[in-house]
Amino acid sequence: MDVNALYQDIILEHYRAKSNSGLREPYQAEVHHVNPSCGDELTLRVNLDGDQVVDVSYLGEGCSISQASTSIMTELVIGHGLAHGLELYEEFKEMMHGQGKVELDEDRFEDAIAFHGVAKFPARVKCALLGWSAFADAAHQATEGQGADR
Amino acid sequence: MTPVAAPFDVARVREDFPILAREYAPGKPITYLDSGNTSQKPRQVVDAIADHYLQHNANVARAMHLLGAEATEAYENARAKVAGFIGANRPEEVVFVGNASAGLNLAAHTLGAGLGPGDEIVISVMEHHSNIVPWQMLAERTGATLRWFDITDEGRLDLSDESLINERTKIVSVTWVSNVLGTVNPIAGIAERAHAFGATVVVDASQGVPHLPTDVSALGVDLFVFTSHKMLGPTGLGVVWGRYDLLAELPPFLGGGEMIEVVRMTGSTYAAPPARFEAGTPPIVQAVGLGAAVDYLSAIGMPAIAEREHQLVEYALAGLATVPGLRLLGPTTSHNRGGALAFRIDDIHPHDVSQLLDSRGIAIRGGHHCARPLHERLGVQSSSRASVYLYNTEAEIDTLVDALNWTTDFFKGR
Ligand SMILES: Cc1ncc(COP(=O)(O)O)c(C=O)c1O
Repeated sequence: MDVNALYQDIILEHYRAKSNSGLREPYQAEVHHVNPSCGDELTLRVNLDGDQVVDVSYLGEGCSISQASTSIMTELVIGHGLAHGLELYEEFKEMMHGQGKVELDEDRFEDAIAFHGVAKFPARVKCALLGWSAFADAAHQATEGQGADR
Repeated sequence: MTPVAAPFDVARVREDFPILAREYAPGKPITYLDSGNTSQKPRQVVDAIADHYLQHNANVARAMHLLGAEATEAYENARAKVAGFIGANRPEEVVFVGNASAGLNLAAHTLGAGLGPGDEIVISVMEHHSNIVPWQMLAERTGATLRWFDITDEGRLDLSDESLINERTKIVSVTWVSNVLGTVNPIAGIAERAHAFGATVVVDASQGVPHLPTDVSALGVDLFVFTSHKMLGPTGLGVVWGRYDLLAELPPFLGGGEMIEVVRMTGSTYAAPPARFEAGTPPIVQAVGLGAAVDYLSAIGMPAIAEREHQLVEYALAGLATVPGLRLLGPTTSHNRGGALAFRIDDIHPHDVSQLLDSRGIAIRGGHHCARPLHERLGVQSSSRASVYLYNTEAEIDTLVDALNWTTDFFKGR
């Protein structure tokens, strides 16, 4: 196994300097996701304004793959429509489960295309998806909350 | 240190473990440093299992034919071998269950039958989840209170709180050897203190029996639980040793075939130990395999194995100390220390360490090693753990240390 294919420079850069890290107010939903096999933990908050993602903030401890993936995810979803973010999640998930056979569109996925190599390491797929699935979960909770408010 | 009669011949030992010659890339053998997780199996154990299945297979205790008699004899022989190996007074003190976790659940259920509010159960913060969760569940069922020993900064059991074991204490259950810190706990002393208050003493010996000469009578404990797969035996088998008079008093745990005396629709009476605790078809071939494992370990001699591992741990401690940014969890000297070597490397997550080591064919474990409370106590979320056994070599430790240095360069240098 070539670890250089797994640990792309982009991944290590995000691991060292995480984007949008830290927990911020306000938020409509907060979730806590864990990866029981390795113990990675992530607390993540979303702040929505209608169907726009205003902020995603998080505090996590985990491996370079899960941390970098969460960092890149926030860059891709903050400031965009929620539907767009959830669509990216579905595509990213499909790529991660594609064993290296599914490609992502660089224009839309930017740094996240670096995870193509991770898809060939089945044990790390969960790590790469931790932040994304926490975002989707929090977003669903937040929209349910909004529905109830109105 | 008592001198070893014959020099320990690790090359000879390794010949019995074909898997150690497995290559991860052409010409490059794997480095297996995950025996604390599960040990590898010598050819002798695998052969005994194959021979049993191919020549003697039948159910035990109830088959009235040649093969049934042979299978029963093989199963009971294995019980006698295990009893001898751990210094039990009689084979009937040895109960076969599914694994160590099943054994500890058996202990919690049977010992806990009479507990209630006000009663206390004492464990320690360094326990494996298998020796925490069954007691938490027992406390929840009965209203009893769960308390625990803390650890010292060095990673030893903190015995300074004299009041922890007191007249309310009904059960004390601690590990003999920590699967993370490697600490060997002073079981005999703890048992003495517990017995002074009439408490029953349970020991999780999963990381002890594979590595240290064992004499349950000398340890002075009441129930003693370990697992076959960490001591060269097959998976699917755990052992509960109990003082016979205690076992005879305990209620059954699981109900079913083999554990009964007379069954009527209005009620049943139960068999004497060990059958009382072995409901259903037992792990027959697993017991045969463990019997062969015990023979294998005994032929080399547990004192010789313990001495050899002690050398290896000393060598590994020295080697790990040279890796920049590496912090060992647990005692940094080999005194009263087993072969679990857990560590953190600054700014590199254990999952990433495992990944880089795996790319060089080195098997270690990363995560909380089923000891999350211990990691929380140590202020870390997870750790990497290398663990050694009788077949490991100094050269493998060098391979590990080299790979750890490369790992730190890989993450820092780029
Ligand atoms: C100290 C300790 N206790 C209990 C266990 C559980 O053993 P098993 O998985 O066989 O039930 C282990 C092994 O993982 C262990 O290291």
